[in-house]
Amino acid sequence: MSKYGWFGFLVCGAVWFGDILHPASIAVATSSVHAAEPAAHLEATVEIPRLNVSEYHRPYVALWIADQDRQVAANITVWYQLAGSREGEGTKWLPDLRQWWRRSGRGLEMPVDGVSAATRPPGEHTVKLAADDKRLAELAPGQYDLMIEASREVGGRELLTIPFTWPPRKTQTHDVQGTTELGKVSLTLTP
Amino acid sequence: MLRVLIIPAVLAALCCSSAEAHRIWLRPSQTVLSGAEPWVTVDAAVSNDLFYFNHFPLGLDNLVITAPDGSKVEAQNQAVGKYRSVFDLPLEQTGTYRIAVVNQGLFASWTEDGERRRFRGSVDSFSEAVPADAKNLQVTESYGRVETFVTNGQPNGTALKPTGKGVELVPLTHPNDLYAGEKATFQLLVNGQPAEGLEIELIRGETRYRDAHDAQTLSTDNNGEFTVTWPEAGMYWFETSVQDKDTQIEQAQQRRMSYAVTLEVLPQ
Repeated sequence: MSKYGWFGFLVCGAVWFGDILHPASIAVATSSVHAAEPAAHLEATVEIPRLNVSEYHRPYVALWIADQDRQVAANITVWYQLAGSREGEGTKWLPDLRQWWRRSGRGLEMPVDGVSAATRPPGEHTVKLAADDKRLAELAPGQYDLMIEASREVGGRELLTIPFTWPPRKTQTHDVQGTTELGKVSLTLTP
Repeated sequence: MLRVLIIPAVLAALCCSSAEAHRIWLRPSQTVLSGAEPWVTVDAAVSNDLFYFNHFPLGLDNLVITAPDGSKVEAQNQAVGKYRSVFDLPLEQTGTYRIAVVNQGLFASWTEDGERRRFRGSVDSFSEAVPADAKNLQVTESYGRVETFVTNGQPNGTALKPTGKGVELVPLTHPNDLYAGEKATFQLLVNGQPAEGLEIELIRGETRYRDAHDAQTLSTDNNGEFTVTWPEAGMYWFETSVQDKDTQIEQAQQRRMSYAVTLEVLPQ
């Protein structure tokens, strides 16, 4: 596990990365009176399926919040190969996360504190954004999509979307079922 | 020795392609890159089918690569084969590279002792090669640009600035930000000025696997612009050309300017 370790992204969430916000999403943010009242938080569970293939590599996975113009309102996490024989080696395959790369990745200096993390093995993995995480605290009320994109070496690519409304009025869980590179993904919003 | 044989073939293709269907192209291995030290490798060829090398290699003598900061960089591992040329390019900077082959020259024909003579070469060598009193002299100057674009990380526009010579593309939509189902708008300039009424032939590659080339014909509006909606992902190529009489040497009757570009359209 790298220095951005297993839980690193949970505790480093407060690091601001406003430069990746698209102007459109900034406009949305400033047009509201103020973003979500205190304590709402977000938890996403991503299942990486166990695949019966002869050559298996852990997938690259990106989770982000997209606004209605498909611009990135917040980057939640990106799992990619952090270690390698040379510095930054694993970043070579980040563009395979096609949508994420276009919407956000290509404009980032990797690694990004609180976002970058190592690839995960098959199983369920939970990512939480705490209520005081700036990414949530500054998320303007409105309609969003949780985007989940996975791409695997010698494998395929899959993109899933979970639409949601922010902030939540009551605790809500939304699910989507992947078919190839992703299993079940669920999003729980807690007011 | 090989190169001596190849250049006339390429010039022939450049000079006379209005009558023939030969297409000139550069095809990068990929256009959207990342990583510590990404490289692209590029094929360069002249052929009817896209993007198959089955006719002539494209000479690399006039390869011009502009880096994201606007400086010129050199290709590595250049080789000219039977049907294609190839070169590698390490993308040491982040941003967009413009990779172009810019061929300039002229074609002359005249009669001497009752026989038809021809010359292909540079403007500078014209007076040595063609007698001053040549009869029935026909001279066409040519300026052809063949190019493509690749981006390491975030796309930028420094390398895309027009030079003001020949036909050039002003990508109002960034050439490495093209996606299936979306629109892209481009402007075409002739010697730096927006050119109305240019006819564009747009073809998606992999022509071998369908019955027809399915070329789309588009034309520029009064601001030199045209818009295309990409029907599907793939490597696309388009070409346009224009003629005028604004020649460099007075013996020339016309100047032919052509432009061809390879663009990659990604799936959503």
